[in-house]
Amino acid sequence: MDVNMGNVLGLVFANMHDTTLGDMTKNRTMGSVMFGGRYRLIDFPLSNMVNSGISEVGVITKSNYQSLLDHLGSAREWDLARKKGGLYILPPFGNVESTLYRGRIEALYGAMSFIKHSRAKYVILSDCDVVTNIDYKPIVAAHIESGADITAVAHTGVYSSDDIKTSTVFNVDADKNVTSVLINPDISGTCTTSLNVFVMSMDFLIETVNDAMARGNVSFERNILQEKCRELKIKIYEYDNYFSKLNSPESYFKSNMALLEPENARKLFVPKRSIYTKVSDNAPVKYDLDSKVSNSLIADGCIIEGEVENSVLFRGVKVGKGAKVKNCILMQGTVVGDNAELNYLITDKNVSICENHILTSSPQYPMYVGKGASV
Amino acid sequence: MFNKKECVAMLLAGGQGSRLYALTQSVAKPAVPFGAKYRIIDFPLSNCINSGIDTVGVLTQYQPLVLNEYIGNGQPWDLDRIHGGVHVLPPYQTASGADWYSGTANAIYQNIAFVDRYDPEYVVVLSGDHIYKMDYNKMLEYHKAKNADATIAVLDVPKEEASRFGIMITDEDDNIIDFEEKPKNPRSTLASMGIYIFTWKKLKAYLIANENDKEASKDFGKNIIPDMREAGEKLVAYRFDGYWKDVGTIDSLWEANMDLINPNIPIDLYDTSWKIYSRNPVMPPQSIGKNAQVQNSMVTEGCVIDGSVEFSMISDGVTVEEGAEILDSILMPGAVVKKGAKVEYAIVGENTVIGENAQIGARPETIEDKDSWGVAVVGNNLTVSDGSVVAPKAIIYENI
Repeated sequence: MDVNMGNVLGLVFANMHDTTLGDMTKNRTMGSVMFGGRYRLIDFPLSNMVNSGISEVGVITKSNYQSLLDHLGSAREWDLARKKGGLYILPPFGNVESTLYRGRIEALYGAMSFIKHSRAKYVILSDCDVVTNIDYKPIVAAHIESGADITAVAHTGVYSSDDIKTSTVFNVDADKNVTSVLINPDISGTCTTSLNVFVMSMDFLIETVNDAMARGNVSFERNILQEKCRELKIKIYEYDNYFSKLNSPESYFKSNMALLEPENARKLFVPKRSIYTKVSDNAPVKYDLDSKVSNSLIADGCIIEGEVENSVLFRGVKVGKGAKVKNCILMQGTVVGDNAELNYLITDKNVSICENHILTSSPQYPMYVGKGASV
Repeated sequence: MFNKKECVAMLLAGGQGSRLYALTQSVAKPAVPFGAKYRIIDFPLSNCINSGIDTVGVLTQYQPLVLNEYIGNGQPWDLDRIHGGVHVLPPYQTASGADWYSGTANAIYQNIAFVDRYDPEYVVVLSGDHIYKMDYNKMLEYHKAKNADATIAVLDVPKEEASRFGIMITDEDDNIIDFEEKPKNPRSTLASMGIYIFTWKKLKAYLIANENDKEASKDFGKNIIPDMREAGEKLVAYRFDGYWKDVGTIDSLWEANMDLINPNIPIDLYDTSWKIYSRNPVMPPQSIGKNAQVQNSMVTEGCVIDGSVEFSMISDGVTVEEGAEILDSILMPGAVVKKGAKVEYAIVGENTVIGENAQIGARPETIEDKDSWGVAVVGNNLTVSDGSVVAPKAIIYENI
């Protein structure tokens, strides 16, 4: 079925799940969390939308969105600086009655004038907590074909209770119709979890949001998916490609490290479906005479004079002479002093580690060093 | 109505680069990849914007497709402006006929109307084949302070190298009193860098006069500068003491790349106060594999390295498979070096594939006859089959 993706509006929720990553989202939204050496989480849904042919995208923000605005700029890097459509940033709409939104419904209600202004027939909602390279086109096609009210993208797999406790789980019948919905349940084993991507028609969205607001309902998951799953036709779209879901600091560490497997990196970084991000004009990576690097992902602007193993280095990281970096995620501008030794460490932006310092933690709970800290 | 600009830059980018032919068959020389993530033209363009010059005409003629696409609207260099910005200026047809650019001076002559729109006091004339970081604004201040009609940037070169350059002979105040092109016995060591600042009114008059002289070769070095000197205009030399290199030959292109990883050579790409901008490829971070060994090299985004890389420049999207060895070489964007292949003292062109266990180039110490040694070149979009050997100094234009 051929779908006109020019008829689809994208809505990205930059703030949902902010609390799941702990200190990393203390001063930034989920969407601007750094990932994979040179990206921020919002790059994935935005690039996926652009690569799927969507040219009108709204980004719904709540708080701490300064870094997000800086990152997105005019959205030229995602090819969304357009006269017709393009990227719209939708901060909370301030008036006497409304405050910061409490749930997805209120957030959508706050963006209603933008949504209504669009001429799109369908809407894709996406959060920023799932890192994947996904084509939305077949999902929209499946949605139209099935005549469902809501199509939810989901994955069926074996999950631990840690993975599930912050997820929405669908019980489905043989035809992929949702029969019941569990929110943040304490279960484990094989289940179908939501990837927090939903497709619906524009008319349905507007009607549903207005109706829910009139009844004082704020949660899309509880008040719509869960409560109305019998009266609405909610279908899942089973997604089997490579993805990683960030729902805890540990999962953040694991998902970054997973990219060291060439197989995973190939599935996320597909040549014809590039992941776009802000350009920062860094020089190439410089490897010094005594550098020793293996099994690592390294972004431009790094200068490496020491040893790096099993690590992800973001832009502009410096690793001094004799320093040893193992199993680490070092974000933009981290400076590792000469002869320092790091193992299982996550450093936020512009952290500096003094010379000769030794910092080690465990693979289960990698140590996190906050933005700008000196250790 | 155009806003007046004090200074407009004209960048000569039409040269064929015949001495780089294997790499410039379908690409103008200024668009040749350089320094892992740049193209040669990034240096003068970045110098312009860093010097506060926001109006640049790029004179193109030879194979402009890649160059035009690369420059685009000038946004990567912050040269997408409402007034000014970068403009690509190919030769065009007029009511009285159409002409190719017949020389460097003729190229500017044909674009007098472009320059006049900005009504500048000064014009800086640049080349598209030099690697350097230079503040043209300082040179402009010098030009003004000296009350000069033309200022030529010069580099003090070692005496033994002086005969390779155009040499300026100056008096004690650095006024240019004479010059000689590639002299056997140089009278001075001040080499012209091919960077000129002219007072536009003067230059315009000389361009028109030169154009009316049917015998003239329409060239800055051969006509405009000598004409101005004979007429008694004030020509001064501006001494530059940073790094500067002409990359017009295979050897100099290779050397200039290697200079970037030589800690003793003063060109710093990591200085954030004078960034060199480029059109960034949209690619993931480089992936350095379990078997990789990378030392004293520059590597950029999109690369997948699982072999050994030493003293080399690796451009975007290059693959070096396990067991492959790259030494003292330049791999241009998209090149692939398969398992067990050896690339030594060589330049591998864009998207070229080097087959398994092939051998490209050789170290100088392994060759007895020193004259037969040189940097090997494999052109763009070629395939070198498994086990093939490319001798040092060889230049490969076709699949082997």
